[in-house]
Amino acid sequence: MARAVSTRRKLGFTAIAWLIALTLFFPILWTVLTSFKTEGTAIAMPPKFLFFDWTLENYFTVQERSDYFRHFTNSVISAVGSTILGLIIAIPAAWAMAFSPTKRTKDVLLWMLSTKMLPAVGVLVPIYLIFRDLRLLDTHHGLIVVLMLINLPIIVWMLYTYFREIPVDILEAARMDGASLKNEIIYVLTPMAIPGIASTMLLNIILAWNEAFWTLNLTTTRAAPLTAFIASYSSPEGLFWAKLSAASTLAIAPILIMGWFSQRQLVRGLTFGAVK
Amino acid sequence: MATRQTQVAARLMMSPAVLLLLAWMIVPLSMTLWFSFQRYNLLMPGMEYFTGLDNYRYFFANPSFWAALTNTLVLVGGVLAITLIGGTLMALLLDQPMFGQGIVRLLVISPFFVMPTVSALVWQNMMMNPVYGLFSYIARVFGVQPIDWFSQVPLFSIIMIVAWQWLPFATLILLTALQSLDEEQREAAGMDGAGPIPLFFYIILPHLARALTVVMLIQTIFLLSIFAEIFVTTGGGPGTATTNLTFLIYIQSLLQFDVGLASAGGIVAVILANIVAIFLLRIVGKNLDA
Amino acid sequence: MRLRALVIGSCSVLALAGAAQAQTLTIATVNNGDMIRMQGLSHHFTEETGIELDWVTLEENVLRQRVTTDIATQGGQYDVMTIGTYEVPIWGGQDWLVGLDGLTSDAEYDADDLIPAVRDALSVDGTLHAAPFYAESAMIMYRTDLFEEAGLEMPDQPTWEFIGDAARQITDRDAEVYGICLRGLAGWGENMAFMTALANSYGASWFDMDWEPQFDSPEWAEALQFYVDLMTEAGPPGASSNGFNENLALFQQGRCGMWIDATVAASFVTNPEDSEVAEDVDFALFPTHNDLGNNGNWLWAWSLAIPAGTQQADAAEQFISWATSKDYLELVASEEGWANVPPGTRTSLYENPEYREAAAFADMTLDAINSADTINQSVQDTPYTGGQFVAIPEFQGIGTAVGQIVSSALAGQTTVEQALQQAQQVTRMEMERSGYYN
Repeated sequence: MARAVSTRRKLGFTAIAWLIALTLFFPILWTVLTSFKTEGTAIAMPPKFLFFDWTLENYFTVQERSDYFRHFTNSVISAVGSTILGLIIAIPAAWAMAFSPTKRTKDVLLWMLSTKMLPAVGVLVPIYLIFRDLRLLDTHHGLIVVLMLINLPIIVWMLYTYFREIPVDILEAARMDGASLKNEIIYVLTPMAIPGIASTMLLNIILAWNEAFWTLNLTTTRAAPLTAFIASYSSPEGLFWAKLSAASTLAIAPILIMGWFSQRQLVRGLTFGAVK
Repeated sequence: MATRQTQVAARLMMSPAVLLLLAWMIVPLSMTLWFSFQRYNLLMPGMEYFTGLDNYRYFFANPSFWAALTNTLVLVGGVLAITLIGGTLMALLLDQPMFGQGIVRLLVISPFFVMPTVSALVWQNMMMNPVYGLFSYIARVFGVQPIDWFSQVPLFSIIMIVAWQWLPFATLILLTALQSLDEEQREAAGMDGAGPIPLFFYIILPHLARALTVVMLIQTIFLLSIFAEIFVTTGGGPGTATTNLTFLIYIQSLLQFDVGLASAGGIVAVILANIVAIFLLRIVGKNLDA
Repeated sequence: MRLRALVIGSCSVLALAGAAQAQTLTIATVNNGDMIRMQGLSHHFTEETGIELDWVTLEENVLRQRVTTDIATQGGQYDVMTIGTYEVPIWGGQDWLVGLDGLTSDAEYDADDLIPAVRDALSVDGTLHAAPFYAESAMIMYRTDLFEEAGLEMPDQPTWEFIGDAARQITDRDAEVYGICLRGLAGWGENMAFMTALANSYGASWFDMDWEPQFDSPEWAEALQFYVDLMTEAGPPGASSNGFNENLALFQQGRCGMWIDATVAASFVTNPEDSEVAEDVDFALFPTHNDLGNNGNWLWAWSLAIPAGTQQADAAEQFISWATSKDYLELVASEEGWANVPPGTRTSLYENPEYREAAAFADMTLDAINSADTINQSVQDTPYTGGQFVAIPEFQGIGTAVGQIVSSALAGQTTVEQALQQAQQVTRMEMERSGYYN
């Protein structure tokens, strides 16, 4: 049933789409290019696009100064850890909301979302005091719990909307066939729920990776993720465009690459019930 | 089909999430509420005392408050307008047949993966810097006086940076929604002789309505608390031109370390956010039922 | 399958995360060039003492926010903090800092060698509470080639009137050369540091003896008007978002005829590796106004201090003693050359012929630091101390708010008159709130 399209029209759309896509992508591309320049070339006028002496110097400087890999590991631990913990808590909740809804289900859901609107800066001092007393400052589990809590409403909502799409009839049919609850979950529901869970997981890893308030304020060294790493490169003394670019590239590359590879999985569940 | 037993099971399954969020909300909120009635400055320990509504009085008397309120609304509204309209157009475009669609899609969604701090730094230093930035270079190539982004149009600059980050998100959701539009529906409309514009307004837009409200809701939640982009680029200025409520509270709590005043601000922000939330959630809630 | 692999992978990463360590100090510092150099050289310290160091290097505003939150809540996250002359008297007065008697009594450390103005600024009731890592005043850095071209000559004691004329004369917008670069970025440590020094030299002050703000005085009006006019006519575009670092980059790239800022910048602008104009820079005293003879009285020292909450005060003191010692200066000199040693802290450095040979700015820096009077910062009688800031806890907040207002006047969004009115109102309100008028 493909629509018949003239090649010329297709070429026209291709040109426009590529132009816009490259424009949107350009700041990222420019950052990556600049990271391979010397500081002098980085601010040269007119700007040099591809024909300059490529150098890895900035990357060495950055690694030597800030131990990228430690921050990277911390980012992975806090982003993945908080997402998994969040899923463990959210899956049963979303499940219950989707399959045994009550009159108040929707209110509960909306209330959960509204907790995300608490301005973080306003409650930093109380949270800092609590963390100090519980000895959670600069620990992985402290950070994981906070990141989990701020993203939990999104996780629950995303899973709920996805689970709701699963047709209940299939469950009943399986039940008629005499499937036990265990089998029902393993063979019928899980395969249908996995794409939604995967997508939720990906989105939350991205959100947790990029969270820049709590991660910066509740950590010092042992648990400090890449957001703290980047905070040592904004406006130091003298020329810093190239080093900043190298640090930026290092901070965003892992999540960008992950995002690219899992794009399909991410998009599949990223509808929040917007698609019928 | 919901028996008493499944009801109980459902409650049990929901309770960890509900209780955790309840604790996460109530503990800091009650501490904040308590502090908001105290004269409490972190830099002057041992001088705390009860001041009643004094903190609220000062918070509202501060001329920055009204500016911050307006800025917050303009910021959220501006970004929503750009991303919703731009996202719809992008989705329509990406839905067309073209060469290299996969790569185009990867490029378009990339900004969504970029840390807000990084995107602010990159835009500020490499794009919008009035002397070394690419924009000023381009302007000069065309013989135009370069725009001094963060002092001439500070709020607009912030809106642009934030919209750049959120446009991919809107595009993705709208594209998925668009692709679920029945091919037959479209063709039927086409056969009736409907041109592209009526097709858009009578078939496509109503179909996207739900997706648009969802995008609006999710983005609003995140946009109300925009912080990193302002912190990195303008520091809320010049003057109060880019101070939103979050940033105002930041100034009070982490520059002045006036916990009492910041707490009062926090409570006000929570109330305002909830008004917005109720308003928004009503719309979306209706859509969730449909 | 992929999901399971991810889960297993992340669990093993989690397991890796709990390794124990030997004695380790956590040091919070700003990302300025001299500190980054210290971080790079710190392996010498670890080799000597066996004490490992964990560095938290942050941008100035983030650093200040982190360490202040931590010390005020007794969070105990840091063993050594990098703070300035603003924080030391306030925090020391709250008993938040460990006194450094160990250093002052150590003959080898030779605390008497510290420049007196700096040492005084870091002492509370006569006890040293932080050791200076580098110290600065403010001065004019200017381009001799541009001055020559314009037929100008920098007087020994320049006045603002001269600076204003010279800046306008040098400005060549087509060539992207701007007569003067000054701080415009809002912040009590950014534009307000400069504005306060400028105001001091104009004979203005922040408060009178009754703590009434003085923005309604004619001196402030004159000073702010001068600043806004000068920057509009002879400053670079985007001046309201230029802080120290942005101006440094501009100056190094040859875009500024003059730059009036911290003396510590002298070694950066004369370093041929980073600066395109290294050969053509000279220095002059901070300008004065009329016959007041006031050079702004700017004094700042980035210093290392030990928060009272640390469990490792002895090791921390050992580190501070290393990083602020004469030997450290020698170490930097041997590895990076004399011109790159952290300036402004020790008298002996300025008597060292090798340093004087390498650093053309040595005398000017020392003069500027020595002449900074942080008690009588203005000709007015004032109840506060501090040169380019006011040493009261409320100043961070007030300074930031007024800084915003000044930057909006610079960006042309308010008039000078409105700006001063707002500044007066905001400051009065905050002081009233803090109980200064009870």
